[in-house]
Amino acid sequence: MTALTVSAEGLSKSFAGLAAIDNLTLTVRQGELTALVGPDGAGKTTLMRLFAGLLRPDAGSLHVLGVDVARDPQQVQDRISYMPQRFGLYEDLSVQENLDLYADLHGVPMAQRRDRFARMLAMTDLARFTDRPAGKLSGGMKQKLGLACTLVRSPDLLLLDEPSVGVDPLSRRDLWQIVLQLVKDDGLSVIVSTAYMDEAERCAQVHVLHRGRILASGPPDTLRDRAGGLTFVATPLPPMPARALQARLIDAPDCIIDAVPQGGNVRFIRRPDADAARLADLIASATPRPAELEDTFMMLLRLQDDTPPTTIAMQTTAMASDGQPVIVVRDLVRRFGDFTAVASTSFQVARGEIFGLLGPNGAGKTTTFRMLCGLLPATSGHLEVAGRNLRTARAQARQRIGYVAQKFALYGNLTVRENLAFFGGAYGLSGKLLRTRITDAISEFDLDPTAVSGLLPAGYKQRLAMAVGLLHHPEILFLDEPTSGIDPLARRAFWRRITALAQGGTTIIVTTHFMEEAEYCDRIAIQDAGRMLAIGTPREVRDLSGADDMNSAFIAIVETARAGRNAA
Amino acid sequence: MNARARLIALTRKETRQMLRDRSNLIVGLVLPVVLILLFGFGLSFDVTDVRIAVVIEDSSAATMTAVAGIAGSDYFSPIWTHSMPEAEALIRAGRADAILRVPAEFTRDLLQGEGQLQLILNGVDSNTAQAIETYASGAISTALQHISDRQGDPAATSASVTLVSRIWFNEANDSTWFLVPGLIVLVMTLIGAFLTSLLIAREWERGTLESLFVTPARPIEMVLSKLAPYLVIGAIDLVFCLLAARFVFDVPIRGSLWIIILSSLLYLLVSLALGLVISGVTRNQFAASQMALLTSFMPALMLSGFVFDLRNVPVVVQVISNLLPATHFMGLIKTLFMAGDDWPQILRANATLAAYALVLIAIARRTLTKTLD
Repeated sequence: MTALTVSAEGLSKSFAGLAAIDNLTLTVRQGELTALVGPDGAGKTTLMRLFAGLLRPDAGSLHVLGVDVARDPQQVQDRISYMPQRFGLYEDLSVQENLDLYADLHGVPMAQRRDRFARMLAMTDLARFTDRPAGKLSGGMKQKLGLACTLVRSPDLLLLDEPSVGVDPLSRRDLWQIVLQLVKDDGLSVIVSTAYMDEAERCAQVHVLHRGRILASGPPDTLRDRAGGLTFVATPLPPMPARALQARLIDAPDCIIDAVPQGGNVRFIRRPDADAARLADLIASATPRPAELEDTFMMLLRLQDDTPPTTIAMQTTAMASDGQPVIVVRDLVRRFGDFTAVASTSFQVARGEIFGLLGPNGAGKTTTFRMLCGLLPATSGHLEVAGRNLRTARAQARQRIGYVAQKFALYGNLTVRENLAFFGGAYGLSGKLLRTRITDAISEFDLDPTAVSGLLPAGYKQRLAMAVGLLHHPEILFLDEPTSGIDPLARRAFWRRITALAQGGTTIIVTTHFMEEAEYCDRIAIQDAGRMLAIGTPREVRDLSGADDMNSAFIAIVETARAGRNAA
Repeated sequence: MNARARLIALTRKETRQMLRDRSNLIVGLVLPVVLILLFGFGLSFDVTDVRIAVVIEDSSAATMTAVAGIAGSDYFSPIWTHSMPEAEALIRAGRADAILRVPAEFTRDLLQGEGQLQLILNGVDSNTAQAIETYASGAISTALQHISDRQGDPAATSASVTLVSRIWFNEANDSTWFLVPGLIVLVMTLIGAFLTSLLIAREWERGTLESLFVTPARPIEMVLSKLAPYLVIGAIDLVFCLLAARFVFDVPIRGSLWIIILSSLLYLLVSLALGLVISGVTRNQFAASQMALLTSFMPALMLSGFVFDLRNVPVVVQVISNLLPATHFMGLIKTLFMAGDDWPQILRANATLAAYALVLIAIARRTLTKTLD
């Protein structure tokens, strides 16, 4: 029996009367990689902060490395390393200076330091950038530097709080390689919280957290088996898109636990108690597939939540795609000084299409996005949105688009209704029309009009932001990383709405770091270093790379292009 | 020693951050110079070039002599007018600060010993008005003295007895002498509280504190490392102030220089610690800088005895001003400059400042207790 790094018994912690951690009992073994998974607001971050001695428990006992954390937090802090969700790099200090600071604080001897730094810089591929201020690194590189700073010495326990939120697939893979290698080579004990199930699959132990309690614990294999026999894959009959079949399935919560499109098919989990006849009604034929951790996770959550997932009435008056292009981009270029952020890009998007823009951090997605929304003028090229030339009629084009920013851009201290009223007014709505639109938005997006916007959970905020972006019934909706940092349940609901909107004729342009979400799109484009590397339907893009899943396809395409560029 | 290594590492980090933040350096090094020059040259309580409208209704030789005092003074630039309405229009238009009226019967009355001149002041700025009144009466009585000397008629002077004798008051640079020592207080307060008020708040806002907490770094080390670099900046500013006082404004320094320096550094420490406390309590850079300005700089300007004599204010205000560290330092530094070493006051004021410094540093340390609760 290996020693315990963490043992918690009857642990509770509440904020303003709301229980974040509720009578939780948990043990973590030494030298293992342990995952904490759970939806938004499950209490993952609170638990991590309790482990790190940053919060005092209200009740229960918590021992980390054999030390009572509540009694002597400093002793724990001397021995562990902790990477918060937003690692606090000193942005005005260089990469090397950040590393030096943490090495000094942890008292790493000079002799050890040289080897350690060399190893960390090699692993994170930051050796070329040691003199660069941390603030000038891309998002993925910052996250890697944060990890390097927490690993300037081998801690007795490493805590990683959602290290891969908002990080592109390439950087995410690099981060995990570092962690896995350290567990293997140095026998490091690691606790990581994550929203990615593929990351949890790599851990020795997985704890599913929900509303401050543990729903299930065990090795990934054991957990996976819980969904055994319930997992299937169905192929839609052409010309039905996978998205439409997925929508039909997810709208039948009495039979189906979860459904997602993948590779032109739909993966789904049936309820154990589903009525066979009704199931046969929904899907003509389905092939069983091996269960995955995500299936168990979705099952645990859905069976736990009594509230059924929000179903959205399908618009029957489908204006559907008529093939008319609403966005036309030809030879678009944007330079900042001598840096080319977007290089000669051309594409078209048809009405009612869902168009996904994918790329690593710093690929030029945001720049492209801002030009399409008319927030940033193009250096050269032709740009037409909703039939208006953005060079000559920017204001008119803007009336026809809705934009949901990556960060919550609404007023945190206003209520939901006040935010809706303000932004509706800003878009020129008023009087009776504005009131009807607000009432519609509140019921459609299932919002509480009196709630204070800033205090809402991430998924809820995202819903509100979308409601605001749609108030003036735009023809085109732009969404910049809408699902970053929100949990799988909220993500399903989000995509369900998007599907319905597209069906109603709204064109959707979306960026995302979740490659499996690309499967919801009609077409996707992969961008890196300002260039379009691939464009087409998800299937075409996968075929181009030869990989079967989107994540591998994405990595393969970007790496091939980078290798070609370096060779040239 | 681990603690020393950590302290050095943290101080190095704070110093680098300070040096790379251009706006910080401007506030820390350029602003004090601007303040010294602005207050030293610009803010003297002396008034010059007063635009005075002179209305002459009686153009006799005696009148001319009387108003010659105004015309020949550095303090006045007269505007000659012919009627009261014209002069009043000038005041209303803001083109004159005062009116001096010589009535038609002036010469006749003067000979009877009842000569009267009418002075109308624009009371919008009472300080200026008061100064003008003093200057005007001084200038005129000097002129009248000439008349009486020449005519040998004592009646002429007795007519203006009330105007005499304030001439001694305006010894030119007097106000600069007590403004410059006070300026040291203002500069130490401003750069102290204002610069450090951003430090802890910025770390909260950027999320760097959460990472820093889970290291062996102790709260007191974080506090001391944030004080050290700004103490150096403050010391540089102090040198600026002393050099300016001595060589630009020729203010006498009658007390010992080293006591002035040590007391000033102690006061600087108090205001740096106050800034950190504000920063740690608000956790928000904007709120912190507003608070720092309102709770340290403004009171130091208004209530420390810099501008207003504390003996003339209501008891409540006196009590409040005695709670301000700035008041204790203001009294001390003025004495040190003007009068010399007064040991009881030096010890009392420095003991008070030291107590403030210790208490504030202890509070700042508490705001960095490693918890996110």
